[in-house]
Amino acid sequence: MTAIGSASNVRVATQALTFQELLLRLQNFWAERGCVLAQPYDIEVGAGTMSPDTFLRVLGPDPVAIAYTQPSRRPADGRYGENPNRLYKHTQLQVILKPPPAEIQDIYLDSLEAIGIRLREHDIKFEEDNWEWPVGGAWGVGWQVMLDGLEITQFTYFQQCGGMDLDPISGEITYGLERIAAFLQDVDSIYDIVWARDPKTGRAVTYGDIRLQDELQLSVYNFEAADIGKLWEHLRLYEAECQALLDEFHKTFRTEKAAERHEKIHDRLVHDGASPPPDEDLRVALRRFPVLGAYELCLKCSHLFNLLDARGAISVTERVAVMARIRNMVVGVAKAYAAQKQRAEAA
Amino acid sequence: MADLLFEAGMEEIPARMIAAAEAELTERVVELLRRERLLAEKHEVHSYSTPRRLAVQVNGVLPRQPDAARELTGPAWSVAFKDGQATAAGQAFARKAGVDVAALEKINTPKGEYVAAKALQKGRGASEVLRDLLAAELAALYWPKNMYWRPLKPERFVRPVRWIVALLDHAVVPVEFGGVQSSSQTFGHRILHGNAPLSIDHPEDYLGVLESASVTADVQLRRHRIRKALDLETRSVPGGRWREDAALVETVTHLTEWPSVVLGSFDREYLVLPEEVLVTVMRDHQKYFAVENAQGKLEPYFLAVLNTHPEEKGIDVIRHGNERVLRARFNDARFFWRVDQKTPLEDRVDMLKSVTFHKELGSYWDKTQANLAIAERLADLLGSRGVPVDESALRQAVPLAKTDLTTELVKEFTELQGIVGGLYARAQGLGETVAQAIYWQYSPAAIEDPIPPTVEGQVLGIADRIQTIVAMFGIGLEPTGSKDPFALRRAANAIVKILAETGLPLVRSDLFHAVPAALDDATKEKLVAFFHERLEFWLRELRGFAYDVVNAVLAVRSDNMRDAIARAEALTAVRGSDDLAAIAAAFKRIRNILRQAQEKGLLNPGIDFGFVSQDLLQDPAEQALNTAAAQLAPVVEELQRKQEYREALERIATLRPHVDLFFDKVMVMVDDKSLRDNRLQLIGTVLGAFSKIADFSELVSA
Repeated sequence: MTAIGSASNVRVATQALTFQELLLRLQNFWAERGCVLAQPYDIEVGAGTMSPDTFLRVLGPDPVAIAYTQPSRRPADGRYGENPNRLYKHTQLQVILKPPPAEIQDIYLDSLEAIGIRLREHDIKFEEDNWEWPVGGAWGVGWQVMLDGLEITQFTYFQQCGGMDLDPISGEITYGLERIAAFLQDVDSIYDIVWARDPKTGRAVTYGDIRLQDELQLSVYNFEAADIGKLWEHLRLYEAECQALLDEFHKTFRTEKAAERHEKIHDRLVHDGASPPPDEDLRVALRRFPVLGAYELCLKCSHLFNLLDARGAISVTERVAVMARIRNMVVGVAKAYAAQKQRAEAA
Repeated sequence: MADLLFEAGMEEIPARMIAAAEAELTERVVELLRRERLLAEKHEVHSYSTPRRLAVQVNGVLPRQPDAARELTGPAWSVAFKDGQATAAGQAFARKAGVDVAALEKINTPKGEYVAAKALQKGRGASEVLRDLLAAELAALYWPKNMYWRPLKPERFVRPVRWIVALLDHAVVPVEFGGVQSSSQTFGHRILHGNAPLSIDHPEDYLGVLESASVTADVQLRRHRIRKALDLETRSVPGGRWREDAALVETVTHLTEWPSVVLGSFDREYLVLPEEVLVTVMRDHQKYFAVENAQGKLEPYFLAVLNTHPEEKGIDVIRHGNERVLRARFNDARFFWRVDQKTPLEDRVDMLKSVTFHKELGSYWDKTQANLAIAERLADLLGSRGVPVDESALRQAVPLAKTDLTTELVKEFTELQGIVGGLYARAQGLGETVAQAIYWQYSPAAIEDPIPPTVEGQVLGIADRIQTIVAMFGIGLEPTGSKDPFALRRAANAIVKILAETGLPLVRSDLFHAVPAALDDATKEKLVAFFHERLEFWLRELRGFAYDVVNAVLAVRSDNMRDAIARAEALTAVRGSDDLAAIAAAFKRIRNILRQAQEKGLLNPGIDFGFVSQDLLQDPAEQALNTAAAQLAPVVEELQRKQEYREALERIATLRPHVDLFFDKVMVMVDDKSLRDNRLQLIGTVLGAFSKIADFSELVSA
């Protein structure tokens, strides 16, 4: 077996992309194919899917073509920077296409060529892997894309979100950027990935230079230092605020409630001769309603839950109950968002 | 005679679903042709599939359906004919039926005389028929998980359909499904051939055209090539062989269109990790075949099945890539192994308090406590019945059994739960008895798996499962119909198997009594019925006993599983004899007489038998039966006690002449009450004394 020696020779021939070049190439690739490049969402999420650019945009009929990188935080996955393959925070490149074009798989394969993977020299398989986020009432079918035995992408056709059937559906492509970079650069540790190389001096800055401290300290915080009492308090506050917003939304805009209201107005007209508030007011109120604010509060709750979980602070009974409450909020926001869009457009 | 090719091309189908879908589509197409009278008597059927296509080829399709005669009924005769002349209505009917007016016939119906015509139904052309019906067969395929992809959700299918080939000889049959129109164009290997369409001139060319585009559509051929390639690649490992794994061969066959195999290696130092971990990583996570030496020990190599035939340079790149992934996985496993060792299993017991067993039933800590109580009671019972159990090892093993759920290694490789616990127990010096019991606790998982090799492991396995079953039944979560979300049937099957194969002197009620939970009567009844049904399943499906033998044996009792098996074996051995068949018939008759007597109010349903009065036995035939039965009863009783059921049954069969003579000569339901009562006593006593092995009346005569 001389595999390692010979393969290394192969690698030297072409200079592999740095981490930032990989990001740039992929973003360019999708921009050239009509995607809007969004910035990473600025609230902690466990996956790119949880960004409203995915979770909410897949709802409703409007076409979407958007791509963005998303740092994704999973407190329990932290390893103090000691494990070469695991990160507390990793980077995903998320592409959402609604509706998915018929040639979406071919476009995806072209994107691999674009980052220097000559497909004819590799083994590519699309292996069944269905995705589910129960807390978001969301699931889809699809594949994990395997490149020489390495899972580099999760490819999903969204079917449901917020407990609602999607029509049209969305195609979601999620690249695991650290894995792909480590593969391209042929390094065994994520921390050895070359993040950037100085064009003049050739000096390399590694992933470890940029992120190791972050991984270590945030692992310490997540596993040891985070104040459990405070975390619970934050969770309660965010939850209460989110719930209050949702209650307000339902009180003001729920179809059956609105119908009741119309009846009351009608009664008043008939009996008192008072003039009804114009529908225009209601429309403006609907459009202004901060459903997105409620969603951000959900994301806060979700992250706090993950932190409490990493701290080992969630007992058996609490766990089930808290997850159910967060699910109710997330699904509630998704339904409110869909209703808001639909009725604002119908108006 | 024409050849038909029907191919549906789609995005990658999940490997696990392909074989069934290929078979179903083939059956549907052939059945369609048969139903539409388009299948020639001599025909050949071929079916093909790859991850991106399902295809059926039928050689021997009739160009058109044969014409068929059909009797059409028209208007009333009096309307169709006036004075022997066809009216306008009569002529219209003849035209419609496609016959001359002269060929119209008069028929008698309950409503009167009507016009009829023997019309010739012209057969339709094969292409026309298939155009109308073929797509529906594709649409009707069963998939375990479907999706929508087009706006307005017009259809559900496993994955989006991207092309359809429907060819009858050289002509395209127009078919549409999922917005895709059929053509004669298929597609080759995604990477090696690319997106250029491939034209198929004739169905006969299908395999050849695909082969030229790096696709082997014949599954059997692909499987064969994979096996050959595995053999060939393994040759470079001296004394090595790839570890046979038929399920994995199937998976990789359905993951590839153009398979080849690459041999990779890993550092020998990883061989210090337990083989179970290494094999799980290779097989379950990476779909690699393991390589072993002649002694079955792992060698530091693996075989990956590729969906490409790379050129020389590519092979090195791909091998290197796969080795990298495996190294990372093994590193993870080693890292987890080391981290886990820092917290011995004993220190993990309390951590189980935060691992949910079931939201209503609490944590694994709670479950462990319950398991321990059950295991202790079972061990006491076994001890008192002469089966030595290492109780201190058991008391150590049970509380630790679930602690591996808190380890990093099990979080990563959930399929290794139990096994990892056992390995850690061994590594932490807890002794082989403890380690073995923990290691084997989930076996048998599938019914064909082996049972735990030690009595402590068997007791742990039984205690864990009976606790789960009783607890789940207690909160109303018993399996119903096809729904068994907690796999309770599998758990009960495992208990039956352990008890059946070990001969541990434990019966069903021992298990229920060992569970500390207080059960209401309804739940208890459900549990008894559930285990009865599992034992029935075991005897019928796994031991292959005839259903009537199983019914006869279990009608008597089902508490003791070993005993039920022994009785079923004995009954199976002797049931063929004429004497036993006669006894069975006679016992059936006795049951009927007793039942009828009860229905007529001539027999108290709660009556005790065994009180025959000698004085009232008048007929020599009833005297003889009574004497023979009285002599035989203690003999049979003794044989039953020793579980010598076959001998006992053979003895029972010797009663036949007496029973036959009795029914020949003696009338039971006579008017004289005392005589009748005594005779009912006699037959009831005979039935009771000799129905303790099986209820013969359940036997169905051949």
